[in-house]
Order: sequence, then C-alpha cells, then structure tokens
Amino acid sequence: MRPYANPYLAGVGLGLVLLAAFALAGQGLGASGAFAEAASATVAALSPKSAGNAWFQSYLSGGAPWTAWIVLELLGVILGGTLSAILAGRFRFQVARGPAVDLTPRLLTAVAGGGLMGIGAVLARGCTSGQALTGGALLSVGSWAFMIAAFAAGYAFAPFVKRLWS
Amino acid sequence: MNEQAILAVLIGGAFGWSLEHAGLGDANKLAGQFYLRDFTVIKVMFSAILTAMLGLFWLGRLGMIDLNSVYVPETWLVPQIAGGLIFGLGFVLSGLCPGTSCVAAASGRGDGLATVLGLFAGVLATGLAWPWIQGFANSTAHGAFTLPHLTGLPYGVVVAAITGLGIAVFAGIEWFEASRGGRA
Repeated sequence: MRPYANPYLAGVGLGLVLLAAFALAGQGLGASGAFAEAASATVAALSPKSAGNAWFQSYLSGGAPWTAWIVLELLGVILGGTLSAILAGRFRFQVARGPAVDLTPRLLTAVAGGGLMGIGAVLARGCTSGQALTGGALLSVGSWAFMIAAFAAGYAFAPFVKRLWS
Repeated sequence: MNEQAILAVLIGGAFGWSLEHAGLGDANKLAGQFYLRDFTVIKVMFSAILTAMLGLFWLGRLGMIDLNSVYVPETWLVPQIAGGLIFGLGFVLSGLCPGTSCVAAASGRGDGLATVLGLFAGVLATGLAWPWIQGFANSTAHGAFTLPHLTGLPYGVVVAAITGLGIAVFAGIEWFEASRGGRA
C-alpha cells in the first residue's frame, strides 16, 4: 500500500482538473448534482405525478437524466477512484470508523450524515464539489457562504460527536 | 457517445483519481480536520481553489479563454447558508462529502456506500418536499453574483486577496502542525 500524495501537490493537480473542466466543458466539477439527476429519474419512473414538481422537472426537462453531463462525470469519479486505489494497492473492503465505534452505529451515522448532506445540498444547489470547490474558484458569493457555513457547522457540531472519531 | 460525454467521464476520472490519491476517500482523515489533527482537506481544497482561480484569471487575461463561457453557480444566499449548516452536520457524522463518499465506496469502503445511500435518500426526500420548501429555497436570489460584484473591487484584486488569504491559511496550518511536533 503506497502512501497518499502530498496534499498541496494533490490540490494543485485537482485544481488543474477543475481548470480543464472550465476550459473544455464550460463548467466545473460536481457530485450532488448526479444524485439529483438519479433521484429525479427514480421518482419519474415510480411516481410520475410526484415528479411533476418544479424541482424534479428542472432535472427531467433537460434531457435523459442517466446521460446528463454530471452523471457521466460522477461515473468517471467512481472509475478514477477505483483505478487509483487499485494501482496504489489501497483497494480493500473495510469500514473507516473511530476506534470507539462499532460497525452498525458507524454505518447508521454514515447513512444519517449522507441524508443530512442530501438535504443541505438541495437547499444549497450543490456540495463541496459544485459549490465550495467550483464556485469557490469562480468567486461566487453563494458558494463562499455555503463553504463557510458548512465548515463552521462542522467545527461547532464536532465536539458533540467526538466519540465517533476518537 | 459524443465528445462531451467522453470528456465528462475523463474529467470525472481525473477528479476521482485526485481525491483518492490525496487520501480523501478515508473518513478518518476528513473527520480529523474537525478535531484539528488532520488538515488534508483544507490543504487540498484551498490549493485546488487557488490553482483553478489563478489559472482561470490568467487564461482570461491572456485572451485564451472567454470567461463568459464558464457557468458561474447562481447565488440564493440565505438557503445556501442554511443548506451549508445542515450539510456541515452531515459532514461530521459521515466523515465524507458527496464526491469523496463515491471515491470511498469505489475503493471498497462500506461507510462510503452507506453515505451514498443516505445522500440519495436525502436528495430524493427533499425533492419530494420541494412544494413546501420552495418559498424559502428560492428566496434571496441574486443570480450569478461574485465577490467582485459584492465588494466593487476589480477581479484581479479579489484574486490577489484570496491568494493571500490561502497562503496565510497554509502558513498558519504549517505553524500549528510544527508546534505540535509533527503528527499529533
């Protein structure tokens, strides 16, 4: 298992990927947008009436969700992440958790954390990728406000769930 | 598959590769930032933001890119702050964010997959609740609204200020880590 890259170098590399996305695709990186596309497609298939609301329609009206740019990009993220982990000898079936937490509570907090981030990302129109990283580099006011709020909430809440991670 | 589709997979692939290489598939590393013992997230994120911001600025200045052709995420100030606060709580609970949870799952981590499932459910449920929350979610809309617009300062000045802020943050982190005598 090879050690991880120097974080500053990895950051510059990531920044160049983001710059390439701006230059070649006219948009930045994202992640939660693909979840929005997938959720819209799922609701449209299971309950077309529910999919009629303005939010689902904003994704469904733009063409087939499963071939949307952001969905293909996230497919790439999964492929790139898998390849990187395998080539560096870091691919392993495991569950990352604090030393004092059992497996089941860890998986439940991960689901709960994902659920909260899903709610937050819909309200914020993006996540750490589409807002903090992409909008941050584009100097968007809403993106910086999101980034500051997310990290402030994280630091404020962390002492209450210290047991999860130490 | 057309060109844009191939490009999307390639750019996403490089994104996932970078995140995994930086160690951001490991929830312990991400959560560690909130307990001041691992600063990988802020180092990677801020150096990526500075690189892309400076690259875009200079490509624009040299006339190699039309900055108007790049989509700027729109601002809905209050819902984005509220969304950020809720997001931050989830970030600490999971130890991953949406992009890194996919990388975690892709490198064999069950906590990554659990986060992905939670995200899907959270996004879907919020989408279903949209008719009741859209009044709030669509409030304080500012369109494409950037820090130069907000402050009235020229683009180059804001870029220089953010660069200075980033370097100060890096210096502060390095000082803090050194004062702890290496790894805490």
